[in-house]
Amino acid sequence: MLVVAVVVLGGVAAGFVLYAVGRAQDANRPRAGGPAFAAGTVALTDAGRMVVRSTAPGPHRDELVSVPAGDPDGVRTVSGVRCERWHAAAGTGVCLQTEAGILKPTHRARILDARLRTVRTYDLAGVPSRARVSPSGRFVAWTVFVSGESYSSAYFTTRTSVLDTRSGKLAKNLEDFTVVRDGKRVRAADANFWGVTFAKDDDTFYATFNTARRTYLVRGSVRERRMTTLHENVECPSLSPDGTRIAYKKRVMNGASLWREHVLDLRTMRETPLAERRSVDDQAVWLDNDTVAYAIPAGDRSTDLWTTRADGSGKPRKLMTGAFNPVLRGSPAGPR
Amino acid sequence: MYLEERAAARGGGGAGRRVAPAVLALGAVSLITDVSSEMVTAVLPLYLVVGLGLSPLGFGVLDGIYNGVSAFVQLAGGHVADRARGHKAVAGVGYGLSAVCKPLLLLVHTVGGIGAVLALDRTGKGLRTAPRDALISLASPVGGQGRAFGVHRAMDTCGALLGPVAAFGILAGTADSYDAVFGVSGCVAVLGVVVLVLFVPGRVRPPAERTSVRRVDLRTALGLLRQSRLRALAVCAVLLGLTTVSDAFVYLLLQRRGGVGDGWFPLLPLGTAATFLVLAVPAGLLADRVGRRGVFLAGHGLLLGAYGLLLWAPGTVVFVYAVLLLHGAFYAATDGVLSAAVADVVPGELRGSGLALVGTGRALARFVCSLGFGAAWTWWGDGTALAGCAVGLGVSAVVAGAVLRGVAA
Repeated sequence: MLVVAVVVLGGVAAGFVLYAVGRAQDANRPRAGGPAFAAGTVALTDAGRMVVRSTAPGPHRDELVSVPAGDPDGVRTVSGVRCERWHAAAGTGVCLQTEAGILKPTHRARILDARLRTVRTYDLAGVPSRARVSPSGRFVAWTVFVSGESYSSAYFTTRTSVLDTRSGKLAKNLEDFTVVRDGKRVRAADANFWGVTFAKDDDTFYATFNTARRTYLVRGSVRERRMTTLHENVECPSLSPDGTRIAYKKRVMNGASLWREHVLDLRTMRETPLAERRSVDDQAVWLDNDTVAYAIPAGDRSTDLWTTRADGSGKPRKLMTGAFNPVLRGSPAGPR
Repeated sequence: MYLEERAAARGGGGAGRRVAPAVLALGAVSLITDVSSEMVTAVLPLYLVVGLGLSPLGFGVLDGIYNGVSAFVQLAGGHVADRARGHKAVAGVGYGLSAVCKPLLLLVHTVGGIGAVLALDRTGKGLRTAPRDALISLASPVGGQGRAFGVHRAMDTCGALLGPVAAFGILAGTADSYDAVFGVSGCVAVLGVVVLVLFVPGRVRPPAERTSVRRVDLRTALGLLRQSRLRALAVCAVLLGLTTVSDAFVYLLLQRRGGVGDGWFPLLPLGTAATFLVLAVPAGLLADRVGRRGVFLAGHGLLLGAYGLLLWAPGTVVFVYAVLLLHGAFYAATDGVLSAAVADVVPGELRGSGLALVGTGRALARFVCSLGFGAAWTWWGDGTALAGCAVGLGVSAVVAGAVLRGVAA
């Protein structure tokens, strides 16, 4: 009986693995109608180009590639650098990577120079989730998910770190900063922070603060290690290039993983829902002061990039197939 | 042959120096099942965040509810098993439920759906724990309970260490196919159920108490609480549980106070598990020889030692290893040993109920400790929280020592 069971179950298990190997080989083959790739060099200084993480099935999945900003579906120049999450500004890039290990996967943050060469590497405590570079390129922030210790507690917390690339000083966990809500210091055992976005002054940042099932937009100061709550139900904020508005995902229904992308005017605190009706679970990127870009899952572990107008008018437009984390040289970051 | 005869002559029910086949079979079932479930655990964060692109933060919200449900299910599992005299059947349902959950992971792709599957999986775990421990204790002679539980826990932990290796091996071989991991995990889980059905004896009678065939109902089960020796054990387990900091906090403290790098952080639980694996059997043997309560208390002394080291936090790498060693030794000296101690004082026909009662009490106490410790950490800082917990543990251990001495061994 046992032998029969082992043979049958072993057969089924082998079937799963063989099927997966077949699919993996399939996924590594470029698809008909998929994007074209070309060898070359990718640099953050290339004018008129956009650097994205390519998510299209094929041998260059997860690789940073550059495309002409005016023709995003054109030929992709490959860089050979693979990232799960990526962002860059003013010649500084951050690439969050995951590598399978024997007992545990390893996760790393690589700080990249303008030619995508690694300047420094930091070990991460969990799975990469969000990454941002300040407009000047001086500060870098990342968020990872740290999982609970055992199967019996499927429990996740976020850990958000802020790095000063100039001094090399790393604030390992935003939870060590002071949080103020309504003039009073907040102390919460269940505090979680994620999705940092930086202002141009190299000190101010915005992020999501979560406690007791509520999320808040916080404005913080890296120097003072302090944050103040501004608005409720804001996740993954992204500051507009002119520093006046925040694009963010607003939870539609408590408990459900459904978000509607909004823009918050920081002067009036007015919320504007954007034209995108689908749920957006991404930290959006401003391509200019009027346009927000975000990723929408496209199946087969691929994502497409879409854009919509920041004032809520118009219709969403597809920017690019099989891409994630767009970085437009100069546009969101550089002085204008 | 000679050994078995001698064992039989002592009324040991077929096992003298050897571990009962039923215990080895249950150990094998646990090993296989843990390989299966740890395969999933190991890849789950990656799968959710990278594979599905989800934000799994909502998981934490449900954790408190799971804990309550899981505690209730454990009580129900232990009691129903006693009542129907079907420990194997109830354990089988628990293992089966968890096995069914693995292929379900292939089908659901939302945080809520995956959360529900994991809750179901955990229900299966809650259901099977007490009947399984009852089977282990009923299959083992009175003097060999510690050893039996030690062997079982060692095999169980072995599976937990092999699971991630298998999972990442499959991920590496299939270019990150999580479906393959879940599929294989499901097959492994079913194999565990098959081994249970084929090799674990259906009805294990308590060797020394063949005559007692009392009817078991809710009243007799609750009557256990009137029994002073079990009550003493339960009170001590709860009291000590209230000051036993959860594993997650121990690793956070290690990272914070021991300067463990982020890259090493995920490996810390392996240190505890490896020590637990190595020391589970020796601790069980020791418990059989010098008394289970003594070893159980000494185990908490080791934990207190770990707290002390964490408070002192000397800046050497040895410190981190020492804490993990003490932490693993604490589990070896307490986890299976507590079950063995409970088995000593609970009559055979109520074994499942008694084990569930103490196990649930301890689990809930540890949950309360987590909440309290987290709050204390936030308000007064990690050092003060830990110092408070250490004082509490010391006091609890002294009280427990007095209480346990007061009742006849």
